Amino acid sequence: MKFLTGIWDDLNLSARIGLGIVAFFATFAIFAPWLAPYGESEIVGDVWEDFGYFSGEFFFGTDQIGRDLLSRLIYGARNTMALAIVSTTVSFTAGAVLGFVAATMGGRVDQFLSRIVDVCISIPTLIASLIILSAVGTATSTLILVIGIIYALPVFRIARAVAMDIEVMDYVEAARLRGEGLWWLMSKEILPNAMTPLAAEFGVRFCFVFLLIASLSFLGLGLQPPLADWGAMVRGNADGIAWGFMHPIIPAACIALLTIGINLLIDRWVHKASGLRDDQ
Amino acid sequence: MNNVLFDIVFKRLVMGIFILFGVSLLITLGVEALAGDVCSAMLGQAAEPSTVAACQAKLGLNDPMHVRYWHWLVNVIQGDLGTSLANNREVSEQIGKRLGNTLYLAGTTALFAVPIGILLGVIAALYRNSAIDYTISTTTLTTISSPEFFLAYVLMAIFAVNLGWLPAISNVSSSMSFLERLEVSALPVATLALITIAHMMRMTRASIVSLLASPYIEMAKLKGLTPGRIIVKHALPNAWSPIIQVVVLNLAYMIVGVVVIEVVFVYPGLGALIVDAVLNRDLPVIQGTAMVFATAYVVLFMLADVLSMLANPRLRHRR
Amino acid sequence: MSEKLLEVKDLLIEADIDGEWKPIVNHLSMTLERGEILGLIGESGAGKSTFGLTALGYAKPGCRIQSGSIKLDGVELVGKSDAELRSIRGNKVAYVAQSAAASFNPAHTLVEQFAESPVQHGNMTMAEAVKRSVELFRQLDLPDPEHIGERYPHQVSGGQLQRAMTAMALGSDPDIIIFDEPTTALDVTTQIEVLGAIKEAIKERNVAAIYISHDLAVVAQMADRIMVLRHGNLIEEGNAREMLANPKEDYTRLLLNVRSTRESRYDHDEEDIQLKVENITARYPGTTIDVLKNINIEIIKGKTVAVVGESGSGKSTLARVITGLLPPSQGSVRFHGRELTPDLRSRPKKDLQSIQMIYQMADVAMNPRHKIKDIIGRPLEFYLGIKGKQREAHVLELLRQIEIPADYADRYPAQLSGGEKQRVCIARALAAEPELIICDEVTSALDQLVAEGILDLLLNLQKELNVSYLFITHDLAVVKAIADEIVVMYQGGVVEQGTKAEILEPPFKPYTELLLSSVPEMDPDWMDNLIERRKRGEAPTAESIAQAD
Repeated sequence: MKFLTGIWDDLNLSARIGLGIVAFFATFAIFAPWLAPYGESEIVGDVWEDFGYFSGEFFFGTDQIGRDLLSRLIYGARNTMALAIVSTTVSFTAGAVLGFVAATMGGRVDQFLSRIVDVCISIPTLIASLIILSAVGTATSTLILVIGIIYALPVFRIARAVAMDIEVMDYVEAARLRGEGLWWLMSKEILPNAMTPLAAEFGVRFCFVFLLIASLSFLGLGLQPPLADWGAMVRGNADGIAWGFMHPIIPAACIALLTIGINLLIDRWVHKASGLRDDQ
Repeated sequence: MNNVLFDIVFKRLVMGIFILFGVSLLITLGVEALAGDVCSAMLGQAAEPSTVAACQAKLGLNDPMHVRYWHWLVNVIQGDLGTSLANNREVSEQIGKRLGNTLYLAGTTALFAVPIGILLGVIAALYRNSAIDYTISTTTLTTISSPEFFLAYVLMAIFAVNLGWLPAISNVSSSMSFLERLEVSALPVATLALITIAHMMRMTRASIVSLLASPYIEMAKLKGLTPGRIIVKHALPNAWSPIIQVVVLNLAYMIVGVVVIEVVFVYPGLGALIVDAVLNRDLPVIQGTAMVFATAYVVLFMLADVLSMLANPRLRHRR
Repeated sequence: MSEKLLEVKDLLIEADIDGEWKPIVNHLSMTLERGEILGLIGESGAGKSTFGLTALGYAKPGCRIQSGSIKLDGVELVGKSDAELRSIRGNKVAYVAQSAAASFNPAHTLVEQFAESPVQHGNMTMAEAVKRSVELFRQLDLPDPEHIGERYPHQVSGGQLQRAMTAMALGSDPDIIIFDEPTTALDVTTQIEVLGAIKEAIKERNVAAIYISHDLAVVAQMADRIMVLRHGNLIEEGNAREMLANPKEDYTRLLLNVRSTRESRYDHDEEDIQLKVENITARYPGTTIDVLKNINIEIIKGKTVAVVGESGSGKSTLARVITGLLPPSQGSVRFHGRELTPDLRSRPKKDLQSIQMIYQMADVAMNPRHKIKDIIGRPLEFYLGIKGKQREAHVLELLRQIEIPADYADRYPAQLSGGEKQRVCIARALAAEPELIICDEVTSALDQLVAEGILDLLLNLQKELNVSYLFITHDLAVVKAIADEIVVMYQGGVVEQGTKAEILEPPFKPYTELLLSSVPEMDPDWMDNLIERRKRGEAPTAESIAQAD
């Protein structure tokens, strides 16, 4: 508990706001079945019924086929966030391990891995995922794997750069002189010192992954219906905007708000980790 | 230009060509390997085996990989990207027309996004930790955090639906005059600009601020120089490298990242083309468009590196 | 003029340390007459820089002037607006920073930066400023004064940059110049030349100066009056000559006496050669210049060999070759007559264990995420297989040996002072039970008094454990204090080697003499006399050595 209050005290105002936003969405994601007024794909009303807020039947009205928008949003939080977290974790595990190996072993291993990544990273992320997903389909496990691998590339670069900065420290040289093996160097010397920058980077990458997933769903290549997904909800309701319905803006705003929250939370942290400090 | 700098730049250029080569290999072979049996997918499960075989022969799918890549490469160098499976039109012709539209969008955006982005960054750095800085920083954090379609729909809802000032759909065509074109594409340009300005502003600010702790900035203060002169004469010249990097990378984003924006505004650019092709599994079009995007990316990345090397005073004036 | 040029009274400066404002200059006062040079001396954390900079009305980032008064020529600076302060800075008061290499802007030429103050303050036109730069560059003995201004900072050597910065400070004819450790980053032979040039230039122009340094011997050459500071308080103030001859306070006496020489224990009978470096030539991968040329060195068991040289002499590279970090292109390293494999990675554990290393920067030599007990305990476990309770006991024993309290075992490196960190590094080396310890500039990052403690500890441990040291250093005072045998290196080669007596007593070889003669002494007339002797050709100079080479 003291640890937790310590963290809270360390946060500035904007980081606290960010934490609040993230906690808000996380609560809905975790307790979705209990908090959602209707079922995930239950058709309960007419097409695009207006926002009822606290007085009406449907808080945010109904969507393009008459499902409760609020319930869809709550389940969407769960689906979209879970997908993004798992994908980011996959990309971090793969990217960080390979990045550390490249930095610690150096020489040909590093050359080989870095050149491959140089080539692969030259294909824009969205384009690459469009192509691959159009070929291999959009099953949830495939989505996770494809996005995880695509984002493992930039994570590789960052992890390698972070590890290289640590690698040149005398304490790593001292461990080498002692005769320590690759595993010790990576897990005991480099990893503990790379945790802070990598944790900040995890936040940044989570946002990217989250936005990529949103874009893919928006383009029709994300989670498949009837699963609720914020990006797909925007696309599905998009036509309503021409008639003045604000329904597509709501899920889009949720995506924006959550990413803003995460960015607020980690902004200072990223600056600290990257050494960009606001000195004078 | 001195020899050492020339060497570094030359090495980077050679590396760029190698990467481009690797990318083309990856795209052509990767797409085909992943796509598996395109013909039966395209013609449907019920298609006659003979029709499928004819389709495969037409696409050259029976040849070994390296032969196919070679044919493709030879054709690409001659400007032939094949024909679309969906409408039998020349892929290069389709791409040519769309590329023009996408470049127009990127160019118009860059025209005012780049100066505004850098200027805001300098202002935020100059008045750092003030209300102005706080406002600029928070606003830009918001725009870079939002998905493109959020900004796009908000702008559309305000300016097209509520106010009715601008069209919601940007169906530009070659017959339009410059002003008509500008009006029709105003919303996608604004969306793209909001995002890129934010990136450039933040990077400019961060690059300058990270230099302010350097001893030569303290020296400049102790020489009694004004804050404006310190930022412009002492910090900015040393911050050019990262700023140029981020500007060029944003240009790359303007060309490549417009996919979603083009779809929202039904803008006839390359991004909308590839999305249609992906949904139709139109292989030649996917390959061709992806290649154009990747080329733009590689060339701009290379340009970013080379320019930032040229901007580095330590590299420019060697001993 | 009856009024003092600078009069600082009862100044309190506070710094933001982890969110709390704490005093770092504690109600200090100073005065400065026209043409007078005041020396501010103290160890790190004494507040000397912060105090010195007050003459500019400037508080470093994270510091604030809380109370007191700063009067420059009768005008109060505390509470002045930024614009009013700007009109003083670089105009009436100028500043010379410690690292000229970092304090010149890499994007502009020297003359552009020279001209900036006088032109911006409206004292000169650009053409006048350029003309004056040539004049001042010439006076400070910079080569090619007409054109050196057209160069960029990275195209000029460190010693020359420091002179150029002094010229820049003199550019707008200031009343006061503040020198903030201007020669600390320079080699000892360069230092004396820069000091000489600075002293001549300011004396001739009758400029007042505040000279800030941690090195009392350097200040002794420059200052008319000295203030000794410690932890933001004044310890002693007085005329330089009087203070050096007759210090009143214990602390000042300590600072004066740190450079004591210990007796040599060199014993010629014992001939147990432990390590032999034979004909080593080495270069870094991807380069074509040999940084080591045909080096031969022997280390006798239980003795200390000091390798001394300036930056670029190859002394640290030698350590990398012996430890196997940099395989040599020629030659071999023998340990007890047996050849060690050139590459560290193929060395057996036993060989790695026998040769341990201690680094210059203890901060980065210890993993900040490991506890002290793990840092010291790892070699015990790794080489000797000592684990659990036994390891704990060994760690405590080692802590006792390095005179560190037992409860430090659970701390992290960041919770230790600089000297304590270096002690832990020593313990880590000892834990491996080595036969030879390579010490790479182990005292250079430490304050003099702390460094003394480390040297004493190393000598006591040697007596107790009969371990040998290869001591790499640029500091001749350290060499005098601990060496049995000395190797002098210059530009990748060995100039001279022998017992301490052979090297440090006449007759000298020219380069050794240059090195020895350049080490500042506590005598205020030392530098003036030396420069006189060098002018008359009685003592070697860097130039004469380079020509003979």
